[in-house]
Amino acid sequence: MTCDEAEILLHALIDGELDAGHAREVESHIAGCPRCAAALRDYREMSKAIAEAGAGYTAPAALRQRIEAALPQPRPAPNRRAVLRGFAMGSAVSALAATGLVAIVLRNDDVERIQSEVVSAHLRSLQAGHLTDVISTDQHTVKPWFNGKLDVSPPVIDLTAQGFTLIGGRLDYIDARAIGAVVYRRRQHVINLFVSQTSSTERRPAKIDTIQGFNIRHWSERGLNYWAVSDLAKDELADFGERFENAIRAAG
Amino acid sequence: MPIKASDDDPEKAQRFRDAALPYLDDAYTLARYLLRNATDAEDAVQECYLRAFRHFGSYRGPAMKPWLFAILRNVCRAEYARRATAPTSAIEDVAESAEQTPLWHEAEETPEAQLVRRWDSDTIRRLVAALAEPFRETFVLREIQNLSYREIAKVAEVPVGTVMSRLARARAMLRSAWLAEEEQRK
Repeated sequence: MTCDEAEILLHALIDGELDAGHAREVESHIAGCPRCAAALRDYREMSKAIAEAGAGYTAPAALRQRIEAALPQPRPAPNRRAVLRGFAMGSAVSALAATGLVAIVLRNDDVERIQSEVVSAHLRSLQAGHLTDVISTDQHTVKPWFNGKLDVSPPVIDLTAQGFTLIGGRLDYIDARAIGAVVYRRRQHVINLFVSQTSSTERRPAKIDTIQGFNIRHWSERGLNYWAVSDLAKDELADFGERFENAIRAAG
Repeated sequence: MPIKASDDDPEKAQRFRDAALPYLDDAYTLARYLLRNATDAEDAVQECYLRAFRHFGSYRGPAMKPWLFAILRNVCRAEYARRATAPTSAIEDVAESAEQTPLWHEAEETPEAQLVRRWDSDTIRRLVAALAEPFRETFVLREIQNLSYREIAKVAEVPVGTVMSRLARARAMLRSAWLAEEEQRK
């Protein structure tokens, strides 16, 4: 056996992939070849060092949560239409009371409750196979689609050039009211931008919160409340919000 | 849409959780080594699991780990392609010619040169991450993930002979880097 052959086969020897016949051949070559013997010894040392030091990584907890959240839950969650009917008939409230959850709802203030509804709506949009009612990357298609469906139709801004692809729009329900959701995507991450009318025209600067592993950027401007929710990192979601706000101001 | 797992069968989802989630750290490790970026690795693993779940109904083996890895590798390939076309991000140094061109120089070691036994995991990660792509992939699948040659061949979609030559090259490159590092420490 030549050194060239042994150089390849000694790895199979280390890894226990060699049959007995070949293993003997490699071993007898190594016995008479100091160079190959040194290589074999070094490779074994390396494997041992790697096994001892542990060169693997641990998956971040947030990644595990995101994957869990994207899979169907053990108990089937009510789908969006059922939730919609529930709100319409007021039965969601009695259902909450019946399970004793109403206490938790009452303890939360409005902002927290609405934020957790925003996260639920975001999750439903990912799970129910119903991310968009109108699918289009063209703001001039998405924007008119909302007309007549809502009291106020949400501004639809094309941020594709900034790295946030518009993928469509959807009607959703937050706080028992119909609300427009504009859907964007960045890499594999979906951003739902919920927009509702507010009685106050006061501008409220953006605030980012994290609920159930999702980041929410909330701000108000010109009589509209905005919640951008996504599993994107905080800085990227902040970037999205700032670009959106800038684009709105630029549009006058 | 890659983001949602559209199959609503909770029982299937539970079976998938039990079968696939134990390999989350392994998948994340492979993605970290292939993409060399924590954020991209997270994205790739998430996408891998959602794709795996969609195909779980038709899963009949092989072992779960190499099956997941094959999916993950395809996701990472797509990420390479995206990087290659994105002007703002660094282009991966994956040279197709890497297989033909010698990328390392034999260290001028004497046969007596001894490797230092203890290396911290940061050093190992850094040295492995510096390997060129096809060699790094094969090396990580073998040394860190403990896949057999046959399993690696399936994941990497190459013949077993290619796995063997890549592994030989990978270990030789790493050994040179290792010895060079040691030289510096003296």
